[in-house]
Amino acid sequence: MGDVQFRFREDEPVADPGVTVDVFGSQTNATAVRLEPGDDARDLLPYLDRLKLIEVNFPVFTDGRGFSSARVLREAGYTGELRAVGELPVDHLALLRRCGFDAFAPDPPVNPVDAENAFARFAEVYQPTTDGRAPIWAKRHG
Amino acid sequence: MYKYDTYDQAMVDTRVEEFRDQVKRRLEGHLSEDHFKPLRLQNGLYLQLHAYMLRVAVPYGTLSSAQMRVLGDIADTYDRGYGHFTTRQNIQYNWIQLDQTPDLLAELAKVEMHAIQTSGNCIRNISSDQYAGAAADELVDPRPYAELLRQWSSFHPEFLVLPRKFKIAVIASETDRAAMKLHDIGIRIVKNAAGEIGAAFYVGGGMGRTPMIAPLIREFVPLDQLITYSEACLRVYNRYGRRDNKYKARIKILVHELGKDEYTRQVEEEFAHLLTQGIEPPLAELERIKAHFPDPAYEAGASDELDRSDPDFALWVDRNCAAHKQPGYMIATISLKPVGGIPGDASADQMRLMADLGLKYSFDELRVTHAQNIVLPHVRKADLYTVWQALEANGLGTPNLDAIDDIIACPGLDYCSLANARSIPVAQKLSARLAPRRAEIGELKLKISGCINACGHHHAGHIGILGVDRKGTENYQLLLGGCEGDDTSLGTITGPGFSEDGIVDAIETATQVYLVNKQGEERFIDTYRRVGMAPFKEAIYG
Repeated sequence: MGDVQFRFREDEPVADPGVTVDVFGSQTNATAVRLEPGDDARDLLPYLDRLKLIEVNFPVFTDGRGFSSARVLREAGYTGELRAVGELPVDHLALLRRCGFDAFAPDPPVNPVDAENAFARFAEVYQPTTDGRAPIWAKRHG
Repeated sequence: MYKYDTYDQAMVDTRVEEFRDQVKRRLEGHLSEDHFKPLRLQNGLYLQLHAYMLRVAVPYGTLSSAQMRVLGDIADTYDRGYGHFTTRQNIQYNWIQLDQTPDLLAELAKVEMHAIQTSGNCIRNISSDQYAGAAADELVDPRPYAELLRQWSSFHPEFLVLPRKFKIAVIASETDRAAMKLHDIGIRIVKNAAGEIGAAFYVGGGMGRTPMIAPLIREFVPLDQLITYSEACLRVYNRYGRRDNKYKARIKILVHELGKDEYTRQVEEEFAHLLTQGIEPPLAELERIKAHFPDPAYEAGASDELDRSDPDFALWVDRNCAAHKQPGYMIATISLKPVGGIPGDASADQMRLMADLGLKYSFDELRVTHAQNIVLPHVRKADLYTVWQALEANGLGTPNLDAIDDIIACPGLDYCSLANARSIPVAQKLSARLAPRRAEIGELKLKISGCINACGHHHAGHIGILGVDRKGTENYQLLLGGCEGDDTSLGTITGPGFSEDGIVDAIETATQVYLVNKQGEERFIDTYRRVGMAPFKEAIYG
């Protein structure tokens, strides 16, 4: 697994790697968990208060279920670190961020200059998500 | 029609720069082909058999004449002087150089066009009724709703890595001219018992190797929940659509495997949740978009008379023109199906001519149809003869709308890397053979796909042809009884397939069976439905 290459949070990173959803179910003190693409993010909703880190794994970049997992968690009020891990092409970073991820551990790591460009590229957005950015329609009717 | 504001323009311009950067990284070797592929696909760029192919979006099939003119100029500058209009109301160029693509996209952006999400596993160009805003039978113009959905689906961060491609159609007429129920989501704008406008959602239709007709999952979604409901449909699909087998990854398989009721239950649950998330644009946004689609400034009291003294013109009017909601006007379809020609192709000069006609005689508007023709939506009856003469002089006056030689065909093995068989030569042979008998045969929708992916809509053809590879040779299966529209049905395979010449003979035989059995004003499809497959099979294989 790759190291965290980008993080948009001020708090201290959680050092422990996330446990699997199965293990999490039986470990009442775990504060970090890792979701695989087939896991249902809604299974975690009863435990959001005690979770400090949720890793969402992208074993292959062509499997986009993690995009929905992130939004489900943020929409339910999760405020801890939401970390995308696995195969994260530079051109997915800004989309992942819009879905609620605030930490990224791409494996393999990506070119930091390309990543900086990618995060900054689109000044406006058409859709509201939980990233707090006002959509274009809101600005039109501000 | 819709005009970009500075926001829309900035989105498209930014995309051009993003793609320029992606191409640069690819050419410099920083981006592998595996990683570049989904990026170029979401900009409409395919790697085909001989070259790159670029598919340019024509949102809900509507074009201004300036846009059509640029499409013609691009054909000259970047292609070999022609373009190919597609079954998703888009246009494709078949001979594109990768390194020139960013400049091409920049030229498109200048006239508010793009190739965003015309391919890839994302929400594709939203299609609509080619007669929108002009049809006598429509409730409202469906295009504002399609534009609202276009903006929502463009760069939607959650839905760009879907299990598979996703196609949406929006209509608002009694007559379905957009094959709405053969889409991943088909939306019909309707009026409920209280007189309110809303949307009926049909989800899980499609063609491909497992054709399915979309079931109705909700009769009425209020207009201020349209985006939220769409998002719920998509989220359930993104989370639970199959990703283990690309041939089972379309939403139709999910709806089929869960069952319509269970899929609907999950959507409703997600919808109830999403309603709390404030993701719906205000109705004021829909109103803002609607203001871009006013009725044109029709001439008051325009004459309803038509001089039909030229028999060739009268034939074209009867075959290619449709009733307009405004007295004194007609909807004219320009056939891109000349006898023996390549279905859907237009030369750069033809595109510029159509642009001129659109500007002069159709309030600066043209439409692309899913049957690969072009429409001038608002032509004064008094101008119709002049328009026809110009078309006729430029190979665009074929009077064959919905006739047997108005063939839909995919690019097939002449271009496409997915194809198993050629479609174009078969279409050309059929057109040459059967065009002389088009008047006798009447309405007959003939559709050809060069592989199981069904881009040529063969399942929905009154007569469909599916090209397959049989032990290394091209072989053509024949289907009868498919239909799009209100009475949507899927075609049935007649039996063993045919050679290229054999399929032409078999179809000619099928038309003879129809003519022998025809009662009254029956169309081919009506006769087929009444008499069934048996007499056709007997004549073809007997």
